[in-house]
Amino acid sequence: MGTSRTLVTISAGLSVPSSTRLLADRLTEAATRALEQAGHPVRVESIELRDHAHAVVDAMLTGFPAGDLAAALETLAAADGVIAVTPLFTTTYSGLFKSFVDILDKDALRGLPVLLGATGGTPRHSLALDYSVRPLFTYLRADALPTAVFAATDDWAGEGDQVNPLPDRILRAGRELAERMAAREPRGRSNPFESTPSFADLLADGGVAP
Amino acid sequence: MQFGIFSVSDVTTDPVTGHTPDDTERVRSMLTIAKHADEAGLDVFATGEHHNPPFVASSPTTMLGYLAGVTKNITLSTATTLITTNDPVRLAEEYAMLQVISEGRMDLMMGRGNTGPVYPWFGKDIRQGIPLAIENYALLRRLWTEDVVDWQGKFRTPLQGFTSTPRPLDGVPPFVWHGSIRSPEIAEQAAYYGDGFLHNNIFWPMSHTKQMIAFYRQRFEHYGHGRADQAIVGLGGQVFVRKNSQDAIDEFRPYFDVAPVYGHGPSMEDFTRETPLTVGSPQQVIDRYGAFVDEVGYYQRQLFLVDHAGLPLKTVLEQIDLLAQDIVPELRRIAEAKRPADDVPLNPPTHAERVAAALAAGELGAGHVGGTEDRWTGLRAEEGDPQHLEPTAGRAFGL
Repeated sequence: MGTSRTLVTISAGLSVPSSTRLLADRLTEAATRALEQAGHPVRVESIELRDHAHAVVDAMLTGFPAGDLAAALETLAAADGVIAVTPLFTTTYSGLFKSFVDILDKDALRGLPVLLGATGGTPRHSLALDYSVRPLFTYLRADALPTAVFAATDDWAGEGDQVNPLPDRILRAGRELAERMAAREPRGRSNPFESTPSFADLLADGGVAP
Repeated sequence: MQFGIFSVSDVTTDPVTGHTPDDTERVRSMLTIAKHADEAGLDVFATGEHHNPPFVASSPTTMLGYLAGVTKNITLSTATTLITTNDPVRLAEEYAMLQVISEGRMDLMMGRGNTGPVYPWFGKDIRQGIPLAIENYALLRRLWTEDVVDWQGKFRTPLQGFTSTPRPLDGVPPFVWHGSIRSPEIAEQAAYYGDGFLHNNIFWPMSHTKQMIAFYRQRFEHYGHGRADQAIVGLGGQVFVRKNSQDAIDEFRPYFDVAPVYGHGPSMEDFTRETPLTVGSPQQVIDRYGAFVDEVGYYQRQLFLVDHAGLPLKTVLEQIDLLAQDIVPELRRIAEAKRPADDVPLNPPTHAERVAAALAAGELGAGHVGGTEDRWTGLRAEEGDPQHLEPTAGRAFGL
C-alpha cells in the first residue's frame, strides 16, 4: 500500500448546481480512482469559490483572509495536487477565479501538479485554457499538466467531440494527474519560517560584515 | 506592561459631520492627543512616518522633540521610522538629538514602510526593501556605538572617519523595536540584535501574530540574549469604547463602514471577530486584550490606534480617558498576574536601566564629543592622528 495523497479541487462555478462543479467532480473521480489503483489512498478537499466570494473581496480590501477562507487557503497549502476549474467568461477565466488566485501567496502553488479545466457555452472557446488560464499557472510556477479539459454545453449532451469524447478526455487527464502526484513525496504541513535565512546570511547577502 | 497609543496621522473626512481637517489642524490634533495621553497617564505615544497624503506625519523627530518639551512622563516613540528610505546617518543624528532633548524618554521602532512609491521618492528601490533594512540598520548601530566610523556598503556613499553627533545620551543608544507584519526576516533581525519586536496585528488574525512572535522569541534565545520568554514583544490594537457597548457600536459603525483601511469590505462584526478591533464596553476590551498574553506569552508593550478614520478630536480624547481610567489599570493587573517569572521583563528597558546594564557589562562604547576632543573645529594637525583619541566612555557620568 502506497502513501496517501491530498487532492484539492478549486471550482469557480457561480450557479448551483454548476457544470463547472460537475466537471471538477468528474476529474476528481478519475484522478482519485487512478491514484487508488496505484495503491495511494486519497483525501479530497473541495474549495467551492462561490462559498468564499464575499470573503475573497474582503481579503483584497483588508489584506488578510478571514474565517472559512483562511481555512481553505491552509487546505490548499497542504495539497499534493490540485484540480482547478473555471467557467470561461468574456474569453477568459471568471473574475471570481482570478480574484481567488490574486489573494494566494505567490509560492502557494509552486511546483504543484495542477490539472486545469474550464467550461463554456461553445467549443469555440476551448483554446482559452491555453492562452489565458495556462499562462496564469505558469506565472505561479505550478506544474500545470499538458492535458487540460474543456467541456462545452454540447459535450454534456454527448454531441460534442465525437472523436475524443469528454469521458475519455476526463479519464486521460485524471490519470495524468494521478501519475504526477504519485511520483512526488507527500507534502504535508510545512513550517512557514523554515526558509527564513539566518541573520548571518542576510548580512552576507548585503555584503556587510556584522 | 506598557500601554499607549499610536497614530498613523491620516487625514480622513468625518463621515458623520462631513468635516475634513486640513494638514495644520491634523498636526495640532496629534499634539493635543499626545499631551492628553501624557496627562491621562498612558505610557507611550508613538507617531507613524509617512510621506504621502492623506498622512501628515512626515517628520517624527520634529514632532517628538516638541512633545518632549511639553510632556512629563510619557515615552515618545515611532510607529514606524522608515529604515529603508531614510539615510541612516540622518537617523543616527536625529534620534540621538531626540534622546538628548527628551533625557532618554524615547525609543523608536524601525519599519520598512508599506507604500511602494515612497521608495523612488527617496531614490531607493522597493525590491531591495529587506537588504536596505539590514544594511541601514547595521550602519545606524555603528554610528551610535562607535565614535569614528569608516564604512562602505551597497546603498549609500562610503563614510571615512565620520562621527555622528550628538553622541547618544550617556553613551547608550536609544532602545529599538522592529515592526513587521509579514516578514520573518525582520523578526530574525530583531532577535539577532536582542532588540524589541512589535507585531502590529490590527488587521490580522491572532493565529498569524502568534506564529511570528513565537519565531522571534525562539531566535532571540538562539542568539543568546536570554530565554525566549524574556524577549521584548509588543502588539498593536484598535478599540472604540463607550460605557455601554451598544453606544460604541452605533457611534463607530459609520466610521468603520467608510474608513479607507477597511471600509466597504467585511462587516464590522466580521472584522471585529477576526482581528483585535474591539468595539464595545471597557469590560469587553479588557476581556479581549487581557487574553492576548495567553496567545503570545507575556509582552511588554500594547499600543492602541484610536485617532483614525475621521473620528473627531473630542471623541479621541474621550477614548484616551476611557482607556486610561477604565481599561489600562485592569489590563495591567491581568497581564502582570500572568507574567511567568520575575526575570521576564515587566516593561521594555528604560534609558536608566540600559545605562546601568551597559556599565555593569563594561560595554559603554561612546561618550560625548566635545571640548578638546572635537577633531574638526579645534584640532591642529600636530596634535596627532584623530583616529587615536582616547575613548570617552562613561564621561557623561563623570566616571
